[in-house]
Amino acid sequence: MSINQSGWRPAMTAAGDAAPSLTFTGNRALMLEEALIFEIGDSETTGVDLADTLVGEDRLAGLARATPIGLPGLSEPETVRHYTRLSRQNYAIDLGLFPLGSCTMKHNPRLNEKVARLPGFADVHPLAPVDTVQGALGVINELAVWLIKLTGMHGVAMSPKAGAHGELCGILCIKAALEKRGEGHRKVILVPESAHGTNPATAAFAGFTVEDIPATPDGRVDTDALKARLGPDVAAVMITNPNTCGLFERDLKAISDAVHAAGGYVYCDGANFNAIVGRVRPGDLGVDAMHINLHKTFSTPHGGGGPGSGPVVLSKALSPFGPLPFTARMADGHIQLIEEETAGDDHPDTFGRMTAFHGQMGMFTRALTYILSHGADGLKQVAEDAVLNANYVLRSLEDVLDAPFAGAGPCMHEALFSDANLADGFSTLDVAKGLIDEGFHPMTVYFPLVVHGAMLVEPTETESKAALDQFIGALRSVAERAKAGDPALKSAPHFAPRARLDETLAARKPVLVWKERPAA
Amino acid sequence: MRYLPLTQSDRDAMLSVIGAASIDDLFVDVPPAARLDGPVHDLPNHASELAVERHMTALARQNVVAGEVPFFLGAGAYRHHVPASVDHLIQRGEFLTAYTPYQPEIAQGTLQMLFEFQTQVARLLGTDVANASMYDGSTACWEAIGMARRITKKAKAILSSGLHPHYVSVAKTMAKYTGDLLDTAVPQLTAETDLDRLIAAIDDETSCVVVQYPDILGRIADLRPLADACHAKKALLIAVVTEPVALGALTSPGEMDADIVVGEGQSLGVGLQFGGPYVGLFGCKDKYVRQMPGRLCGETVDANGKRGFVLTLSTREQHIRREKATSNICTNSGLCALAFSIHMTLLGEKGLRGLAMLNHRKAVAAADRLAQVPGVSVVNTGFFNEFTLTLPVEARPVVRTLADRGILAGVSLGRLYPGEADLANGLVVAVTETTTGEDVETLAAALQEVLA
Repeated sequence: MSINQSGWRPAMTAAGDAAPSLTFTGNRALMLEEALIFEIGDSETTGVDLADTLVGEDRLAGLARATPIGLPGLSEPETVRHYTRLSRQNYAIDLGLFPLGSCTMKHNPRLNEKVARLPGFADVHPLAPVDTVQGALGVINELAVWLIKLTGMHGVAMSPKAGAHGELCGILCIKAALEKRGEGHRKVILVPESAHGTNPATAAFAGFTVEDIPATPDGRVDTDALKARLGPDVAAVMITNPNTCGLFERDLKAISDAVHAAGGYVYCDGANFNAIVGRVRPGDLGVDAMHINLHKTFSTPHGGGGPGSGPVVLSKALSPFGPLPFTARMADGHIQLIEEETAGDDHPDTFGRMTAFHGQMGMFTRALTYILSHGADGLKQVAEDAVLNANYVLRSLEDVLDAPFAGAGPCMHEALFSDANLADGFSTLDVAKGLIDEGFHPMTVYFPLVVHGAMLVEPTETESKAALDQFIGALRSVAERAKAGDPALKSAPHFAPRARLDETLAARKPVLVWKERPAA
Repeated sequence: MRYLPLTQSDRDAMLSVIGAASIDDLFVDVPPAARLDGPVHDLPNHASELAVERHMTALARQNVVAGEVPFFLGAGAYRHHVPASVDHLIQRGEFLTAYTPYQPEIAQGTLQMLFEFQTQVARLLGTDVANASMYDGSTACWEAIGMARRITKKAKAILSSGLHPHYVSVAKTMAKYTGDLLDTAVPQLTAETDLDRLIAAIDDETSCVVVQYPDILGRIADLRPLADACHAKKALLIAVVTEPVALGALTSPGEMDADIVVGEGQSLGVGLQFGGPYVGLFGCKDKYVRQMPGRLCGETVDANGKRGFVLTLSTREQHIRREKATSNICTNSGLCALAFSIHMTLLGEKGLRGLAMLNHRKAVAAADRLAQVPGVSVVNTGFFNEFTLTLPVEARPVVRTLADRGILAGVSLGRLYPGEADLANGLVVAVTETTTGEDVETLAAALQEVLA
């Protein structure tokens, strides 16, 4: 007898014959409601035992705290239970396929976590004397070498704290290089319409004017439009490759050559480097700067919104302008830390410091562990399986969902669909919420902006064929319901910890901190 | 490869569904000149878990572990005891391997935690609201300067000489590109902060004054006169807190009318980690919330009327506003915010205040003991858990000598302010609940020997 994979028995009715609609607690078996710490804790309870405070005088300059902070405390068992209960209201890659396009939710190997917690990495101070932290500097240096070789670039800035911070690093390198050349008047950065929102935000922050470059009907940068716009006022172009439609920018080398000929630089958003790692080196495409999201390509955990880590690889032209601090391995094997003090002679053109210390060390240890585990051969396989999985999803669903660029050839690491085939009144959002009821996190929705009702599916290489097949079945089922106009989809999700949340109310009357309610 | 589930027969079957003859057919858009014919040259191939762990452990062993030696480093990163349950809880896969909560129906765990975090942070800093975290204290600081420029439409920022020099460096880097004009100075080895200089420098062009509390030398000053002076000229007071445990013992900057309070949250839950990842704290007065950078979590209800939480006010953010956003920040420091929040929950009011006083009294005792070393004096009259010593000689070589003896003695001002001769004899010493009386004796004795 085969196993009924849905867990459903033929004799059961849909609602369950005698299921109560409400429970005393509001809980539903393993689905547990959890109050806020402010509602369950109090100011007298604590989950730590401290040594007795020494008796003595205070030297707080007359500024000793006179009022309560208002912090609730919980004992350790209550704390463990509170956060364990909260955790169970989250979807996560550990629970299932997490197909967020452009976000790259791949398996996070646990060896990485173990290594990052070794006391020799976790319990080391950033300002400890350099001779006492040679191993930590060694990690940064070894990872830097890998990133340079994998990308075919000349140098790397390790300190940026996340992808957007890396973008800023690259753009500041470009700005510094232009100023050094006496061409600080170049004020325009060209950004394709399909770019991540961070690209124009970064360029604007650094004082540049952003101009959009249109896309071609096949989802790529309009090379002719871009070339036509180049001129003495253009500082750089920012291109994502593979782009946010999941397509390789075939003309990138030609674009780079044209940009360089016109006196500009090429910034590549490396958010999607995982699609080509080990198979293509961006340095071979004429890129001058590219950030690498270690939390995407190299599997450091996303943690519910960070920390990220965004090292930036740099061309020979831009390397002299990279930020402080950085490491340099001397002939005797000793690793030197180049800071403001020592930068003067060897690195006079640095644009400065971006963050207090050395960057995301805890992410460097994880990423290096991941990279060493895979090696050059394994990383190539990572890209190939990521691309294979995405194309499998694309070809398995293009008959039921509109895939605007599928006719033109294969995709890279993510498959893009639109809402064109859905019934009137049904949207991409309804498909996403329907997928939640099927036990999946939805794909990225309404991005990129160049496709109406975009659904961007990135399965990553760490999914098995069985997991992909189940996901494809689920998305097909939801898409068919959306095409047929199933009204139940409009109010999905039905089985999640919460139904659709009122985001308009949240924005109109913001409640951003907990306040004691007057007794009813 | 242990992390790749596809078998060769899976791959063949999938290629056949796709209609491709080989994997190379899927990379057809890559120009031939850019295609690599095999794995990247000059790099090793894959390795077993055992082999990788050995390699990384060997690197870890080349570092002096803070917890294994007498340890007195601070200056923006502090060693505190983190309860075991914190690290256990943040490693739950539902927290560790979740994404930014863009689908709130299946991310209430992260969202409720962020709402609790925002409330804890706001209460600690004494602000009306706080956001869902920044990268770290130094980037939160320059984001605050930019925020003050947007609010006041003025560009002159006055930075206290007591602001961490790396925070000043970050602000200087950014000011080169944003048009902010920074008024900066290096500190003097006096018991008083530069409050008078700051108040005198405020004029009608001033967007903000940035002051660290306690400052880089560990000194504490009442911020109320400074806040009044700022507000008289329609400038904002930005307070920077690099040691949040201090606010368990001290009046918060928000209570002293600071408009924006930012901080480094690393002390609670996160650990030293050689400088990152850390967690930036960012709070402000209610009236400025729409100019705040970063993500915000807000309370709402679902379609059935149940309380729930969502990311909100995202019209400030880059994914909606693109080049008109308040900041380019996207990914922030969610998991470190979780660690911070769990540690704060374990402590509670009673625990945090107890921890703060334990730190302070230990620091007072250590300062008194170290002042007995011939030639050594304490600069500060007031401090929390960190103070500055002046030595009769340059402190930096002394720190190196003591490190050779297995003592991490503190952060020399020569390291923080290279080239500033007046500061070269200064040594910043931090003392926390992890410091023992024996550690202090060891340091005092060694210092006496080295200086003799």
